[in-house]
Amino acid sequence: MAHLKSKSGSLLIKGGHLVDPAAGVNALMDVLLRDGQVAEVAAPGKIKGGADEKFDARGLMVAPGFIDLHVHLREPGQSHKETIVSGTAAAAAGGFTSVCTMPNTVPVVDTVEWVVWLQSPERGAIVNVFPVAAATRGSQGVQLSDFRGLQSAGAVAVTDDGKPILDDNIMREALRLGGELNLPVVQHAEDTRVTEGRPMQEGANSFRMGLRGQTAAAEASIVERDVHLAQQFPNARLHVAHLSASDSLKAVRRGKKNRVRVTCEVTPHHFALTDEDIRDYDANYKMNPPLRSASDREALLVALADGTVDAIATDHAPHALHEKEMEFERAASGITGLETALGLAITRLHKQHGIPIARILELFTAGPARVFNLQGRGTLARGSVADVTIFDPKKKWTFEAAKSLSLSKNTPFDGWVLTGKVMATILGGRVVWRG
Amino acid sequence: MEEAARGSLLDIESLEAAELLTLLRSARRMNPLRPRPLLRGKRVVLLFYESSTRTRSSFEIAAKSLGAQTVLVQASGSSIEKGESLLDTGDTLRAVGADVIVIRHPSSGAARVMAAHLDIPVINAGDGMHEHPTQALLDAYTILQHKKSLKGLQVAIIGDIVHSRVARSDCHLLSKLGAKVVLCGPPELAPDLAATIAPGVRVTRHLEDALRGTDVVMLLRVQKERLAGLKIDLNQYIVRYQMTLARLKLARRDAIVMHPGPINRGLELAGDVADCPQARILEQVRNGVPVRMAVLARALGK
Ligand SMILES: [Zn+2]
Repeated sequence: MAHLKSKSGSLLIKGGHLVDPAAGVNALMDVLLRDGQVAEVAAPGKIKGGADEKFDARGLMVAPGFIDLHVHLREPGQSHKETIVSGTAAAAAGGFTSVCTMPNTVPVVDTVEWVVWLQSPERGAIVNVFPVAAATRGSQGVQLSDFRGLQSAGAVAVTDDGKPILDDNIMREALRLGGELNLPVVQHAEDTRVTEGRPMQEGANSFRMGLRGQTAAAEASIVERDVHLAQQFPNARLHVAHLSASDSLKAVRRGKKNRVRVTCEVTPHHFALTDEDIRDYDANYKMNPPLRSASDREALLVALADGTVDAIATDHAPHALHEKEMEFERAASGITGLETALGLAITRLHKQHGIPIARILELFTAGPARVFNLQGRGTLARGSVADVTIFDPKKKWTFEAAKSLSLSKNTPFDGWVLTGKVMATILGGRVVWRG
Repeated sequence: MEEAARGSLLDIESLEAAELLTLLRSARRMNPLRPRPLLRGKRVVLLFYESSTRTRSSFEIAAKSLGAQTVLVQASGSSIEKGESLLDTGDTLRAVGADVIVIRHPSSGAARVMAAHLDIPVINAGDGMHEHPTQALLDAYTILQHKKSLKGLQVAIIGDIVHSRVARSDCHLLSKLGAKVVLCGPPELAPDLAATIAPGVRVTRHLEDALRGTDVVMLLRVQKERLAGLKIDLNQYIVRYQMTLARLKLARRDAIVMHPGPINRGLELAGDVADCPQARILEQVRNGVPVRMAVLARALGK
């Protein structure tokens, strides 16, 4: 990852409510950050000695810096949609201190050189950028990339995201080799042989809109196959990206029960919206996987609560206006998501569905850190990296897409009133964003 | 998304019954044989991304009967073919002085997307599998020439429902005006989901069920290639769903037969059905002109 300069010196976060799911802490605690690490965590007022700076966190929640396993920063090659600078600024505003960037850029990140390039200080990243490299050369799905070299250069996982690894043998090989290296293979589970020309979920709304619909089986069939393949290698690590279908969860549960090392992530848009929300052919409701049925969404809510899901990931997918404002079936897929993730999680998962804040934070911190082996992150235990997210869980605010820090404004959540707002994002002990 | 400009006609679904009745009433006052210069000096652009003989010529005659100038822009041989985007084309046509754009497009929602972007009215002349609102209006107009009211009527729509923008528009319109709609065909062409489109719409697999007691028999075009693609046996389809004079007897004695065209004699209907006294197929074509005159006049606030 990028070696961002951590502040030498100290910062005391005082009076906040610390929620650190990995450490099992959920109480009023002060946190002292020193020289880029967590130096001490103690009951309010118990930390002795001074600090260079203090942050008054009374009435706020303090959590390990959020980790997003799935973002598209669009560099190299598509800087009209997003740059590492703008994308990581949006990440900071959303409380994310680490983002894992997908390799489906131009060119595809399938070499050591590009993995190094992504992490260079010259990119100007505002938060940590962890590259996810292509699993196959050019993400063509034919020949595996150099997993070992890519991993040594800093890749935390491999994927052909944007498309699936369809070929059984290639996927089996990827899981086998990934297993040897303890490198997760991230699957964009979509049977593209049956989704072509089908831009949304099949249902009453697709019929009404006159759009061909795809079924959830297009995703679940690939997840089922992958779990089956992963089962053949005890060390293989399969991670299902943007899981959206009820039947995919069944396959993940079955795998977990059979000790397959399978993990999965769910996006805020899939737990907040359904296919019935698509209106007026607005391509800000078009993403891949598509918004699913109400029953799929219900199943995601259960799985987010019960531990089946390992992480909330945004699949932040910026696109320029002209790539979205067009015929629905031709428009680009994907929406931005970094700045709305926490608000949507608190508003929908906590307030509406009663999922405890601590569980939600686990999905933003300890969960994703575990999925991609991000050592020393996802927790604020003493000695871990001083990446911290401070937020007000009760604050109501209105998200305005026009004010987003992302270069692109493609979001269906423009104008939404959300509860839960990031107040400060701290990276390596240094405040990089303040709300 | 921005609202469409006043006077746009993008679909039937978002219109209220009263607006539909107003349009139909206005259409009855229109007559292409007695031109009215309501749109003198106005430019109507006919933007056709798909070829269409009847809809295009019908709109053109309607516009000219109201004194407007028409400009035909077709996808082939234009900047569209060179990859110009839908919205850029809209901007261009607006800039050259279009007062209203009539658009036919193979993608569902294209008219809506264009209308949201422009400050001039957009009329949907058929978008993908979504809607074809002027066809539904002319269908209602035709039915009302033979029946007192749509309220309480039973309309059977038979054939390829799933791919049909006409079926969707008809379902919305008939439902809003109080008719009962029975959709009929094999599951691949008339899926159960189709019944969710509007109140008072149901689906049946049995032609007899659809026809019994029906006041209007509306047939939809069935394409051979499509049946083949869906692995539906052509002969089986004909045996089960082709409209014949014998089957037509199951409907009410005063039932009328309609078809949005172009018809496929020997496929969705036997040749003699198209020519029987109950058939209103050419009348539908004729009625397209006054209906489109009414729609164009409404678009420009006349
Ligand atoms: Zn993906």
